[in-house]
Amino acid sequence: MAAHSAVLSASKIMNPFWVGRLGNTAKPPPAKYGGRHTVTLIPGDGIGPELLNHVREVFRFACVPVDFEMVNVNSALETDDDMNNAITAIRRNGVALKGNIETKHTLPASVKSRNNVLRTSLDLYANVMHCQSLPGVQTRHKNIDIMIIRENTEGEYSSLEHESVSGVVESLKIITRNNSIRIADYAFKLARERGRRRVTAVHKANIMKLADGLFLQCCREVASGYPDITFDSMIVDNTTMQLVSKPQQFDVMVMPNLYGNVVSNVCAGLVGGPGLVPGANYGRDYAVFETATRNTGKSIAEKNIANPTAMLLASCLMLDHLNLNDYASLIRNAVLTTMNETRVTQLCAEQCCCEVARGNLCCNLTRIHISFPAKLGNEMRVHTIHF
Amino acid sequence: MTTRSMRALSGTLKPLFSPRSPQRYVVAACHQTHKSTYTTIAPPARYGGRHTVTLIPGDGIGPELAKHVCELFRFCCVPVDFEVVNVDSTKTSEDDINNAIMAIRRNGVALKGNIETNHNLPPSYKSRNSLLRTTLDLYASVMHTQSLPGVRTHHRNIDIITIRENTEGEYSSLEHENVPGVVECLKIITRTKSLRIADYAFRTAREKGRRRVTAIHKANIMKLGDGLFLECCKEVASGYPEITFDSMIIDNTTMQLVSKPQQFDVMVMPNLYGNVVSNVCAGLVGGPGLVPGANYGENYAVFETGTRNTGKSIANRNTANPTAMLLASCLLLDHLKLHGYASMIRKAILSTITDSQLHTADLGGKGSTSEMVQSIMNAIQSSGPRTQRH
Repeated sequence: MAAHSAVLSASKIMNPFWVGRLGNTAKPPPAKYGGRHTVTLIPGDGIGPELLNHVREVFRFACVPVDFEMVNVNSALETDDDMNNAITAIRRNGVALKGNIETKHTLPASVKSRNNVLRTSLDLYANVMHCQSLPGVQTRHKNIDIMIIRENTEGEYSSLEHESVSGVVESLKIITRNNSIRIADYAFKLARERGRRRVTAVHKANIMKLADGLFLQCCREVASGYPDITFDSMIVDNTTMQLVSKPQQFDVMVMPNLYGNVVSNVCAGLVGGPGLVPGANYGRDYAVFETATRNTGKSIAEKNIANPTAMLLASCLMLDHLNLNDYASLIRNAVLTTMNETRVTQLCAEQCCCEVARGNLCCNLTRIHISFPAKLGNEMRVHTIHF
Repeated sequence: MTTRSMRALSGTLKPLFSPRSPQRYVVAACHQTHKSTYTTIAPPARYGGRHTVTLIPGDGIGPELAKHVCELFRFCCVPVDFEVVNVDSTKTSEDDINNAIMAIRRNGVALKGNIETNHNLPPSYKSRNSLLRTTLDLYASVMHTQSLPGVRTHHRNIDIITIRENTEGEYSSLEHENVPGVVECLKIITRTKSLRIADYAFRTAREKGRRRVTAIHKANIMKLGDGLFLECCKEVASGYPEITFDSMIIDNTTMQLVSKPQQFDVMVMPNLYGNVVSNVCAGLVGGPGLVPGANYGENYAVFETGTRNTGKSIANRNTANPTAMLLASCLLLDHLKLHGYASMIRKAILSTITDSQLHTADLGGKGSTSEMVQSIMNAIQSSGPRTQRH
């Protein structure tokens, strides 16, 4: 224990930019009196509100000791007040679950994407997406198991654009040494923790020699400190081509922001669509959970046909982060069982929206009978589980 | 009107295309008559009806595939002479590539393999391929991805034309490091070039009888840059009422491409997204060995494989798939208006592809390059007399 803290303090001296915490980096906030956690809930737009309602229902049903503090963000307003409230709430609680906030194209260009503002203000530098082929979902490719770690705060999403000459727009893509080393370190640490053998850096350094060249160099530097993990690199166009022909070759992938966006969406498409994969954004002090592909789903909003799997699995990730692992695995098993048995899995592979009626899912969950002893803090004993 | 006088006419129209007067662009376009199908006017044949085409072998599998193209052309008695220009990618001086560019300016048309960009050279050394495209202003990269019969893939019935802006965007090679450890990379989007590529896309869609053009962008994040691109596409779309225009964000596009690629028809996009999307499409129809690509400019056209791979790891092993390069040479023949030869070779290639015994390693078979080319030649021989009237 003493040695462990000595190592930590040593790493603090050597690496002033980030503390050498393992894995999810952010330390979960401690539970309040009574063992209950408070989590910020940002419904967002489109299918966000309805899915988060379902999450709350499921949590209440499973007696998860989490209280939600809901903060609404109105995407139609031009002021930043809503967003600032949300950010303050997350700073207070340390953890959040959010739906995607729409970026309206009709507002002037000075109104930045709200989701982006949230990520950069809270310095949620790592976006982690774990793409796995789900057993009940029919897809063209099988046995996919890829972890995608995407730099979340800089790169092409710096929102720095200007039009010096009319008709000519310059958009800046920023790559910094510190952030690149930070994300590479996160990727390798995560790979080591999860027992992964290989990390692939995705880049376009043959064209963007300085920018992606710097990113690649940082990855190589960090890789030299992890001799047990194989490191290689691949250009983004070749990567996407390999992903659609042979996705099983990839293990862990680390990349800058835009390539991460594209690659994570390709992987989500390969395992069955945007309704199935959860995503997590980790920073040093905060963690925000959402669906991996960050879709608003405006066209299917309030029609009761959205797939709740991604949001429910994201809430399981949140529970894991809060160290409520029992509840997390309980809900996760229920979700995966539902995916297996109902015919909804057929539709998942073909379309991006599934016909999972809310009643359908909840009915399947009600078949899990949970008995409780007298309430004793966090303890929960499961007596019978019917599938 | 002879080709020469047409060239002179387009020369006088050039001042109207200056960036200061973008309004006049649309008006001037009406005055341009007799434009050939792909914007460029094919250079006229020399005395005897033979064309001269610049051939740049490149690196990796380029030289061997270029050799097969020469063999095939000689076998079919195609009236094309190749002027070979070698570009050495290990040298830092730009003389080689300048020679190549001069040769292409002289001949008007080229067939090239990919020239490797060596990572060990300093960043001031620009990508040779990029240099060639920007100097010759080959603004449109067109890749027609089609599911080929005989190649087994996860998806069927794919028929997508991707039109990618080829000269600006993220590939402007403008980067600097003002503060050590912080690199700024500029992505340039201009109004004139966006209008030009959008116009090209819609014209191509109209000529080929396509019903829908989709613009790919990331305007929710890059509001000014991709916003300008999208705006230009919308403006041009208003002039083509019979063609449906819609737009899609790049991440959603890639996701839709891997789940339901049949929904896409023609796609137009800036440089980097075009790179990614064309590679995804190539992967969907069977890999980099199957799809040809073409780069068109106002005065020049350069043909190559669609995904621009060097193929260093399979070089000189006789295992590369020659289909992409051979289909690119068919596109070249179409451009030179030698349609008879083009369709003859294309038919032979497609009949060879259906025979899975001849599939090369990238398609999961054990065939070799030379066997495939031989089989194509046999197919041509059996289809009748080789000299065609065109």
